[in-house]
Amino acid sequence: MIRFTVNGTERTYDGDPEMPLLWYLRDIAGFTGTKFGCGMSLCGACTVHQNGEAVRSCSVAMKELEGTSITTIEGISATGLHPVQKAWMEIKVPQCGYCQTGQIMQAIAFLRQNHNPSDQQIDEAMSGNLCRCGTYQRIRAAIHQAAKEMA
Amino acid sequence: MNNIQNVSRRGFLKGAVAAGTFVLGARLVPEPLWADILNDAPDLFQPGIFLSIASDGTITIVAHRSEMGCGSRTALPLVVADELDADWSKVKIDQAIGDAKYGDQDTDGSHSVRSFFDQMRQVGATGRVMLITAAARKWRVAEKECTTEPGFVVHKASARKLSYGELSAAAAKLRVPRKEDVPLKSRSEWRYIGKDNALFDLPDIVTGKATFGMDAKMPGMVYASIEHPPVLGQKIKSYDDKAALKVRGVKQTLTIETFKPPHHFQPLGGVAVIADDTWAAFQGRKALKVNWDTSPNAVYNSDQFRKTLESTARQPGKVVRNVGDVDAEFAKGGKIIEAEFYAPHLAHASMEPPVAVAEYRDGKVLAWAPTQSPQAVQETIASVLGVKKEDVTCHVTLLGGAFGRKSKPDQVAEAAVLSKQLGKPVKVVWTREDDIQFDFFHSVAAMYMKAAVGPDGKPTAWLQRTAYPPIGSTFDVNAKYADDEMGLGWNNLPFDIPNHRAENGPADAHVRIGWLRSVANIYHAFAIHSFADELANAANKDSVQYLLELIGPPRIVPLKAEPDEQEEQKRYPLDTARLRRVVEMVAEKSGWGKSPSGKGHGFGVAAHRAFLTYVATVVEVEVDEKGQVQIPNVWTAVDTGTVVAPDNVRNQIEGAANFGASLALLSEITVTNGVVNQSNFNDYELVRMNSAPKHTSVYIVESDAPPAGVGEPGVPPFAPAFYNAIHAATGKRIREMPLSKTQLV
Ligand code: FES
Ligand code: FES
Repeated sequence: MIRFTVNGTERTYDGDPEMPLLWYLRDIAGFTGTKFGCGMSLCGACTVHQNGEAVRSCSVAMKELEGTSITTIEGISATGLHPVQKAWMEIKVPQCGYCQTGQIMQAIAFLRQNHNPSDQQIDEAMSGNLCRCGTYQRIRAAIHQAAKEMA
Repeated sequence: MNNIQNVSRRGFLKGAVAAGTFVLGARLVPEPLWADILNDAPDLFQPGIFLSIASDGTITIVAHRSEMGCGSRTALPLVVADELDADWSKVKIDQAIGDAKYGDQDTDGSHSVRSFFDQMRQVGATGRVMLITAAARKWRVAEKECTTEPGFVVHKASARKLSYGELSAAAAKLRVPRKEDVPLKSRSEWRYIGKDNALFDLPDIVTGKATFGMDAKMPGMVYASIEHPPVLGQKIKSYDDKAALKVRGVKQTLTIETFKPPHHFQPLGGVAVIADDTWAAFQGRKALKVNWDTSPNAVYNSDQFRKTLESTARQPGKVVRNVGDVDAEFAKGGKIIEAEFYAPHLAHASMEPPVAVAEYRDGKVLAWAPTQSPQAVQETIASVLGVKKEDVTCHVTLLGGAFGRKSKPDQVAEAAVLSKQLGKPVKVVWTREDDIQFDFFHSVAAMYMKAAVGPDGKPTAWLQRTAYPPIGSTFDVNAKYADDEMGLGWNNLPFDIPNHRAENGPADAHVRIGWLRSVANIYHAFAIHSFADELANAANKDSVQYLLELIGPPRIVPLKAEPDEQEEQKRYPLDTARLRRVVEMVAEKSGWGKSPSGKGHGFGVAAHRAFLTYVATVVEVEVDEKGQVQIPNVWTAVDTGTVVAPDNVRNQIEGAANFGASLALLSEITVTNGVVNQSNFNDYELVRMNSAPKHTSVYIVESDAPPAGVGEPGVPPFAPAFYNAIHAATGKRIREMPLSKTQLV
């Protein structure tokens, strides 16, 4: 039996220990804000936080979860919006939106570590997250704006 | 006859909506077809429902086009809301199911706004007039004394107002006014059109609540992952599922028959693993062993095929446009310049892979899918399962990107076929590998260009030939020549050249060919605008100046139009004044000519009209001593006529620069013995934030011309402008896409 928390709630799991967290979240726990894009840590659509750090949930097996706390997009802000989500809305980043929850999760974890990032630092931190619609320039602008707001 | 209908009054909706709800519909089947439809299919003559106002004031507007990131689900309801004078912040949007009553629902070809703008204005304005009539009757005043403010009819003289909800029951009883009696707002009266409104789904997207196809569910559903034939058209010889069935969570395996050609949008065939969750289905599939039959498509090798295409393009082909006499001009023996260009297959690779949920029950099918074309879902499932089209109900979720792939609903048909075998709802989830390997690929293409240039460096003759497997091969196994693709930047060259001929050569398809964001414009614009720049260099002229000379004086370019194209051509003539204007605008905004090119730093330009929109792009590149390329800036000027949502237009054009950068720099699909070599984002590469253009600036020409396309037209000029910049920076002329095929140092 594996014990962990998702968005603050305790959970247990005794299914296939190799199942990636992504599919547990989506198919079993019903947190569908976390998306499937590649299954190989190549796109970032499945990004969630494990103990506050951004991880690709498609590549974290359930057996690695013991005692850790997972946060998904649904757990970012129960009421209202996180400054990163607000910046995303003000700058009107999304097109189709499919990659955006992963982008937001990546950006939130990054901004915890770097409060005043340069363009280049943002580019490095965000380059694991693909956006086929092509919203990269807006994502960068939104991260700068959120950093300012959070300062 | 009026095509706006008061549906509440006609009693179509018995019991379906609360009493007192005012409901308007519109017939979107084109008027010339009305008589036929009335005779043959009177059901279809019922209007599609577009607007309802409940007595509690709730206003619901139907989005009948799919949302894949281009904004049509927001833009069209916004147009209704503006003319209705509704309070946009309180409007709800209902996504239409697939239904022929809505007319064309295939959200492709960048035409949602341009095809439905007038109709949606008419729906909203009609509602507004009827609400005014209802209020005026209540107050016993003249209608012309009444006006509206968002959500209310107002009688200023007596300082009275009534909300739309209070008026809905009365409006529901009124006759629809004649079109002549429904004034549309003047542009200055628009509250929402032309302003920076956010996408309707934005709050749901950033909080993870938005429902994409990947998130659709049905009670009791099982999950399926399908092992498709590696080569198009292969059938199963035998298969061994013993190991698959041992995988925890796997319930059973089922087969899907391989299509009979032409493949159309039918399932590819294969072995499906049915499981309790997606992961188990994927794992079970890895444990499957399938023996495949042979297929004639196993002969396909894209490397060899390239040679075939290139030699076809060197030969005379079918003439698709002819002006003057190029041969006579070439025979004069002046200076001749020739060049050849090649572009590979591409995959759509939308971030959401193909996915669908469907349930077959008692001869009826219910599906939820991220589809660009819910009516194609109905048609495909109807033909594959032998049910009636009307017995297929297709709900449309949000689409996690589509780019043309999701006009083809093969995966929805797979879910329906499996559900029929299983007797329960099935969710089919494609892996990224499935998506990349079993796409309807953007076609490979070879182009041959030849020009005779006069002493002033301007061409006196211009011949262009193109060859590629046509999209028509999806519907007809014998299709060899392009059809609609010719209008995508090939038979409508806007240059002022006395002798010009455009040709198309034949080619066979061995993989599924489909349309991808801007389609044939991609390789056509690549060849035309790279060649134009080559001529500018040969003439020792500035590229922008030369391009303007090629475009020539402001005029309407005379083009042939098929009977069904004439209306559009009248409304949207090819106007070189507009093309010149975007070139001049982008040159000015980019500071063209102010900083010199060369030594690893360069600027390139291209201008192209696609989907009736004029776009000019300048790209700046930096190439370091290792040959690494950066794109500091992209400037784009766009004239797309009347704009409903300017910020969304900017976002689309920015996105097009990134989409363009992926295909210009990195992306390529190759095929060996009929099998696609790429499988995921490690070998089918897309630009990322660190390789994408750093800054993208978009300039929109103010225009009151009719609205044109937005989702696609930003893509075609990017690649040639980028390659022209590479040439300016390094002296290397790029004749093959993507850039990664060429060694820069
Ligand atoms: S799905 Fe996990 S990184 Fe792509
Ligand atoms: S917004 Fe569509 S993939 Fe990023």
